[in-house]
Order: sequence, then structure tokens, then C-alpha cells
Amino acid sequence: MKFAIMVSEGPYTHQATDSAYQFAKAAIAKGHEITRVFFYHDGVNNGTRLTVPPQDDRHVVNRWSEIATQNNIDLVICIAAAQRRGLLDENEAKRQGKDANNIAPGFRISGLGQLVEAGIQSDRLVVFGD
Amino acid sequence: MLHIVNKSPFDTGSLASVLRVAKKDGGAVLLIEDGVYAAVKNSATEASLKAAGMPVYVLQPDADARGLQSRLMEGVNMVDYGGFVDLVAGHDNVQSWL
Repeated sequence: MKFAIMVSEGPYTHQATDSAYQFAKAAIAKGHEITRVFFYHDGVNNGTRLTVPPQDDRHVVNRWSEIATQNNIDLVICIAAAQRRGLLDENEAKRQGKDANNIAPGFRISGLGQLVEAGIQSDRLVVFGD
Repeated sequence: MLHIVNKSPFDTGSLASVLRVAKKDGGAVLLIEDGVYAAVKNSATEASLKAAGMPVYVLQPDADARGLQSRLMEGVNMVDYGGFVDLVAGHDNVQSWL
């Protein structure tokens, strides 16, 4: 079965992204496919590669990057939410005249249409938030 | 429909909303994160969960993390994340009551 996931909370502030990750991992272990994870609102903060948690803590951002690479999951960050919160890829940084970008590997920035599409193209859309 | 509640019933009214509006048509409630507090034995919400008329599931890792292993009411079903996945797959729709 095809699952899509939406995450609307950032890392280290709320359990939502941890729950979503554990759900994704369990779904893959059962042979399901995670087609896309859409990061919305504060959820966009899951996609900054500049995150440096203490060594004895989980690395929420890297964890998403790794599971996405290993299982071909499309990690999409909402562009409007990302711009407000300082999440930029190379193109967006250039377009906005910023001197750096910070998007983590495996993530890409796109629009809300990607959430709608994920809902249409997947069998289930599961929302994790606050 | 699978109704997912992730808030304590003492924080928000989302569980009360679920129990009020969820049709008794084969739907189920899954308590995750702080939602698991609703299933504590002898709590103020125990009676309403028992009267819900639909299956109630509790995400075990979240109950364990809160030290509730031996303090949950009878009649709820414990699931791990694999069971969570099965519940989502087994219902046509999933609603997270955020």
C-alpha cells in the first residue's frame, strides 16, 4: 500500500516528527511504500542540514535524509512556510539574494500542490502535528 | 475511519469531539503521544471510552514512555508501530484530530 505523510511540527519541540518517522519505518518494514513526506508549517525545520544535536541524542534531520535515500522517499518542504522560517535551497537562496542555503540532502522545496497530489496518489495520507 | 488522537483529554477536547461525532460504523480510535492518558484506569475519561461503542487502541511505546504500562484500563488494545500501520491500512480513511 502507498502511504503519504504530512508533518507540521519541527524537530526537538514536539513528538510529531518522531512519531511520523517511527510510523514510516514500521510501514517500510511491513513492505508498504512511503511515497512522500510533506513538511508544512514548523515542520519545515526538519529539513535544515545545519542542525547539530548533542551526540547522545537522535539526529532527526539526518534520520529523515537517510530513510529517504534508502527507500526512495520524496521529502518535500512547503515553500511559503520555508521562506518564512529561513529554509532555502540553492535556487531559492539565489532568487532571494541570500548568501547561503541550508537544505538537507534528500529534501526539496516545492508548493502545497505536492501535498494535494500526495493525497490523491497514495492510498492513505497520515498527518502528524500538534 | 481511524481516528487518531494525540492530545491528553485534559489539554484539549479532541477526544470528546471524536466520541461525539465519530459514527459507529466500524470506526476506531487510536491514542498516541499524550493521547494515551485518556486510557488510564480510573481516570475521568475511562467511562466515556468504555461507552464509545468502537474499538480503542493505544500505542504501546507512547504508553510505556509515560510509565503507564500497568495503569491502563481494561478493554483497550495495545499496538506497536507495526500495529499502527496495520490500523491505517485496514481503514479506508484516517483522521488525525490535531
